[in-house]
Amino acid sequence: MTKKFSPNNISRRNVIKGAAAVSGIATMPGFVRYSQAASSSPIKIGFQVHRTGIGAAYGRWYDRTTQAAAKLINDNGGINGRSVEIVAEDDGTDPKRGAEALEKFANQHKCDVAFGTLFSHVVIGSAPRAGELKIPYFVVSEGHHVASGMLNRYTLQPGITDVKSQVQAMAPFVHNNLAKKVTMIYPDFAFGHDHRDYFSAAFEKQGGKIIAKIPISPAETSFSKYFPKIPKDTDLIYHVMVGPAVLTFVKELGEFYGSKRPKLFGFIDSLEAVDLSTPGLEFLEGSYFWEGNPRYAQSNQNEHDKFYRAAVGVDDNGASVSDSKDVSTYAHMFGCWETLHVIKKGMEASGYSGISDRAKLIEAVESMTDMPLSQAHPQGAKVFNGKTHQVFGHQYITKVTNGKLVLAHTTSIEDTLYPDEVDYTSQSF
Amino acid sequence: MDLGPYLLFASLEGLVHAAVLSLIALGLSLVFGVMRVVNVAHGEFFMLGAILAWWVTSLISGNHAIGFLIALIVAPMIAGAIAMFSDWLVLKHLKYDPEATIIATIGILYIIQQSALMTFGPDARPVEQPFHYRMDLYWFGFSAYKFFVIFSAIILLLIVWLVMAKTKFGLILRATQLDSETAQAFGIPIFKVYSLVFGAGAAIAAIAAVLIVPIQQAHYLMGGEPLLLAFIVVIIGGLGSLRGTVAAAVLIGMSDGIVSVFFSPNLAKIIATLLVVLVLLIKPNGLFGISKT
Repeated sequence: MTKKFSPNNISRRNVIKGAAAVSGIATMPGFVRYSQAASSSPIKIGFQVHRTGIGAAYGRWYDRTTQAAAKLINDNGGINGRSVEIVAEDDGTDPKRGAEALEKFANQHKCDVAFGTLFSHVVIGSAPRAGELKIPYFVVSEGHHVASGMLNRYTLQPGITDVKSQVQAMAPFVHNNLAKKVTMIYPDFAFGHDHRDYFSAAFEKQGGKIIAKIPISPAETSFSKYFPKIPKDTDLIYHVMVGPAVLTFVKELGEFYGSKRPKLFGFIDSLEAVDLSTPGLEFLEGSYFWEGNPRYAQSNQNEHDKFYRAAVGVDDNGASVSDSKDVSTYAHMFGCWETLHVIKKGMEASGYSGISDRAKLIEAVESMTDMPLSQAHPQGAKVFNGKTHQVFGHQYITKVTNGKLVLAHTTSIEDTLYPDEVDYTSQSF
Repeated sequence: MDLGPYLLFASLEGLVHAAVLSLIALGLSLVFGVMRVVNVAHGEFFMLGAILAWWVTSLISGNHAIGFLIALIVAPMIAGAIAMFSDWLVLKHLKYDPEATIIATIGILYIIQQSALMTFGPDARPVEQPFHYRMDLYWFGFSAYKFFVIFSAIILLLIVWLVMAKTKFGLILRATQLDSETAQAFGIPIFKVYSLVFGAGAAIAAIAAVLIVPIQQAHYLMGGEPLLLAFIVVIIGGLGSLRGTVAAAVLIGMSDGIVSVFFSPNLAKIIATLLVVLVLLIKPNGLFGISKT
């Protein structure tokens, strides 16, 4: 059994040990004293985390990444001389609770900003409330809902690219190297619909053909019954699945086809937090995946990925350094790290001093453009579009080779660009 | 895929579904039949069975089959014990009042669900299949383990039928079901019977969960859907009728399998719900239910 935290596990001795450790750290020579520490309270960042519900695996790793990034920022002196405090609230991966979490951040905890949501239905359910509460809401969600103009001026996505740009950049690779006739399998909610609409459009623009589209409820637990709907003349199955049952999905796909499978191109979402060496997944050998950030340390790994990986506590196979079975959501969680650094940069550029400066912070982020590959952006260089509140960046296609995901293709940032659909800067605060 | 193999695949999927569903619904039906308690927490005992199966198999290293067999014994025993405990703690004090027990079991539902979340965490937990064998049926592959699930369910249903029909304990159960007051007058300790039945109902649901968990995964929210389907089955089959429950489970399971494969899983649920409405309108006591009037 994995080690778990429960109040019963805390003994008096542990508490004393913990207190001693804290006071020990405070007196260590490397300890950074915040320049205005005496007068300033910490900057509070409300972290809307999927601690329970169908997004729990993502939530666990979004949390670890966020804590690691906050620690790094604090070790380097905080933001504008103030320390950063992460105020986490579980949203249960539920839109209604998501909106409630934002209310707590704004009214109860008096947070400066809210941050960190992944699942698109939670973002869509929460963003209107963020607009009403006038609290900047930095999402790490991938959905196209930010750049589509559906949300509002208070909602930004500066740390992770959106599905529309991802699939648009992938489609030429899939068409030119893998297949012309594709069947799509995707979750039946906003995120999956982005895949359905934008991948099919981009793929058909290349001259390929989508011969079937199979939506699956994100709460589904058994998938075999969907597979007979895959047409026989399918060259390639494009799969993207989310939720707690992703492992079942991939296993059943393998059971159904065995070695006679069509080619596979999957979004890594179908296998996030799942160990590739799980029995039953051998059939994936030779198939391709999109990864927001390659899970396995690649041969051309840069120093920033190395630093980031170590800071979060992830080994070269993408699993926790303390438990090789605890596989990370590596393709997505970098977004938390990068978003926190964007918030830091925005607060520094705007001279952010408190809640009354929230509009100034948003304007500062909107004016950002180039984000070079750096410790703050370990996934790669990015370009931010202030009008659409969406960032654009490189995408990675990896191939399962000897049970590991090996980089096969990196798209350029230009491949991911598309015309603006909204200008949030024209909206008033 | 051609129509023939398509139908074969749909029927096999439907049979697996029917097998598990009949076990879950049997537990629900047994509890209602004997105790007149609508156990809304039934799905959570199913969930407990699955999570306990993961817990037990994760403690035992080595052969997956041994861990699975131990889980098949231990998980239902723990789930049954928890059910008996909640009967002793809550239901008994409500004197098995039909309305009050509905509210009380809703409470038990949340207590079990949240306790599972706090104890075992929010993640979906896989359990290894006791044996891996992919049967290649030319048009498609099918896991041999799924046949094992169907087979085990049939054996279990036979055992329950034998106990009910041929043993003294079964006689006591049937007597309590028919008229609890008269049974009590004849010296049957009905509260003891109630406690055992509540535990047995939960244990049967837990066995169904242990069987299904190597195909699906254990997750603290997994109790909701089977509960709904079990209610549908029990209403169609007739509350308290074991024969009706099994017949309705096969009907719903097969139609769910076939409709899901040919059309969509959502349509299958719509049809099942419509069937409930029809049965309630035309034959309010269910297909095999005994009219009280």
